[in-house]
Amino acid sequence: MDHAVHLRAAVCLLGRFPALAGIDLDVERGEVVLLQGPNGAGKTTLMRVTAGLVPITRGEAVVLGHDLRRNRRAVRPHVALLGHAAGLYEDLTIEENIRFWARAAKSSLDPATAQDRAGIAPRLRALPVARLSAGQRRRASLAAFLVRDAQLWLLDEPHAGLDAESRDVLDHLVREAADSGVTVLLASHELDRAKLLADRQVVIAGGRTEPTPEALDVA
Amino acid sequence: MWHDALLVAGKDLRIEARSRVALNQVAPFGVLVLVLFAFALDPDRNVLVRAAAGLFWIAVLLSSLLAVQRSAGIEGADGVSDAQRLSGLDPAGIFLGKAAAVAVQLALLEVVLGVGVVVLYDVDVNGVLTLVATAVAATIGLAAAGTLYGVLAAGLRVRETLLPLLLLPVVAPVLIAATRASEAALTGLAVEVAPGDWLRLLVVFAVVYVAFGVVAYGMLLEES
Amino acid sequence: MKRGTSSALTMTLGIAAFLSLTATVVVGLTLPKTIEQGDYSKLIAIHPGIAWASYVALGVTALASALWLWPRTRSITYDLLAGASAEVAVVFTSLTLITGSIWGRPTWGVWWVWDARLTLSALMLALLLGYLALRRVPAESDVRARRAAVAAMLAVLVVPVNHFAVTWWRTLHQGRSLTQLTPENDLDGSFIFAMVLGFLAMTLVYAWLTVHRLRVARLEESLVDEDLELALEARRREAVLT
Repeated sequence: MDHAVHLRAAVCLLGRFPALAGIDLDVERGEVVLLQGPNGAGKTTLMRVTAGLVPITRGEAVVLGHDLRRNRRAVRPHVALLGHAAGLYEDLTIEENIRFWARAAKSSLDPATAQDRAGIAPRLRALPVARLSAGQRRRASLAAFLVRDAQLWLLDEPHAGLDAESRDVLDHLVREAADSGVTVLLASHELDRAKLLADRQVVIAGGRTEPTPEALDVA
Repeated sequence: MWHDALLVAGKDLRIEARSRVALNQVAPFGVLVLVLFAFALDPDRNVLVRAAAGLFWIAVLLSSLLAVQRSAGIEGADGVSDAQRLSGLDPAGIFLGKAAAVAVQLALLEVVLGVGVVVLYDVDVNGVLTLVATAVAATIGLAAAGTLYGVLAAGLRVRETLLPLLLLPVVAPVLIAATRASEAALTGLAVEVAPGDWLRLLVVFAVVYVAFGVVAYGMLLEES
Repeated sequence: MKRGTSSALTMTLGIAAFLSLTATVVVGLTLPKTIEQGDYSKLIAIHPGIAWASYVALGVTALASALWLWPRTRSITYDLLAGASAEVAVVFTSLTLITGSIWGRPTWGVWWVWDARLTLSALMLALLLGYLALRRVPAESDVRARRAAVAAMLAVLVVPVNHFAVTWWRTLHQGRSLTQLTPENDLDGSFIFAMVLGFLAMTLVYAWLTVHRLRVARLEESLVDEDLELALEARRREAVLT
């Protein structure tokens, strides 16, 4: 059983609130799984648990071979999370941010390449993040995400805040990554796009996984 | 750990160079405190000169609150703390890096305030070596304790009011020791407790807090 | 689950504390007047005991925090004990300052003499208040416990440093110190007896207060656990409805 992600009856508390009330999820390496569900269902928390940021109180959680109940920190260098927050230092330029996060992650990827792939125009790279528009900031976050060179991608509403062209770029990046063996967990309300990317979908509601009748075919 | 510490220190100092908070806000605040002391104490030469060492260190202490708040605040913005925890940076390295950056800013601040004290309070400076040694030991202790309490209070909405309450009682011995050692150096008079003893106390404080920070910072970074 | 906090232990402690406290007061009041301080020398019966209890309280907070931090002995009881002891410590530290102040006033005519030990107690009070403020910030019990435990260790680490700093500081100013009020050994042995009795009484009072406070805290925590099951149920029901 060499799943990339294995969660069984996972319960996660945020303060007193059970954000996850029983998650069962098995994801193979190289799979692209779409997490579907209403707002507040627990998709974001599920991503954060998988990234090793948030502990679970009950159940099993093994990600990329690391038992999260024993040591959450060990899995973090191997995952990349693109969430709602930017994760960038406002006073530094895009270039400086990407360079910093690349060196922090001890990644061998070139910061310039990551920025290219995220579609950031060269003239923007020397601008402080505070001066960027929301869309440009999203792309900068994407570059910081890409430069980590992770084996497991956690994408929480990645299409939000991106224009149509950037969304295409993102989809292309996901397909490329999946083809090269990266595992992808994707939560998106852009269901049309997401279903094209995903191998299968999982429904989350009320902090629990719902059993689904069928898996999707990749077009 | 050291690689990460240098990386983080460089990042914090680069942010400072870009945003100039310490230069434009903290340093003027410190000088302002010195000026306000003069207003309150009436610039009769005797009073200010005798109190100069204490007033200097109080100004440094109050300014360090601002510097520490700023250092902690940088990591509070927009998902940065998540990114930091995901990054794989050694928490001990993050602590040393941030504390070092704060220490550098405090050191520069002390030079400015030192000039301020000499100019505004008309103080004669002797025993420069003791003064510098005292300042180095005290600054390291202040930076370490401040960075530690900064992360302790991080993410709390009440951080701005809680941090001073937590930090000031803890750095009270630094104030006492640094002031007495500086006074002894400035006046050059024989004193009952030698500056060397005060200096040793400052070093103990610094060592304890740096060690504690290296050990505990990682644990404190994990707020659920 | 029993909803009160009294038990055989607390009743025994309570009675013992009450008796020894009464004895202390009685013995204290029967102490002879001294030439220097008149009636105020009777404060020797309670002030040192109160100060001692405040140190015990701080020590228990530190020890409980250390036990919580050590993974093998981690238990929520230690976290709650640290908090309970800290609250009682605030009471005793404040009383130390008040009784110390009252004791010094007739001799020197001022309410505060910057005596080394009292100043140290004042700093301790500030540290304790900061610690309690930190505990009051709402958070999940594990997070709050960790934050508080580290804060407690930091506060305790600085107490010895504070001690030296303040003591050396005050040696520069010979003169007023509460140690001057404490009589020499060759004075009437009844003073020493009163002081020791006071130590005992205050320790018992501390223990009694802390046990009760700890139990109240545990009752509060058990309510939290009950709430969790209810919350899980409600969340699951949410899933069925959508």
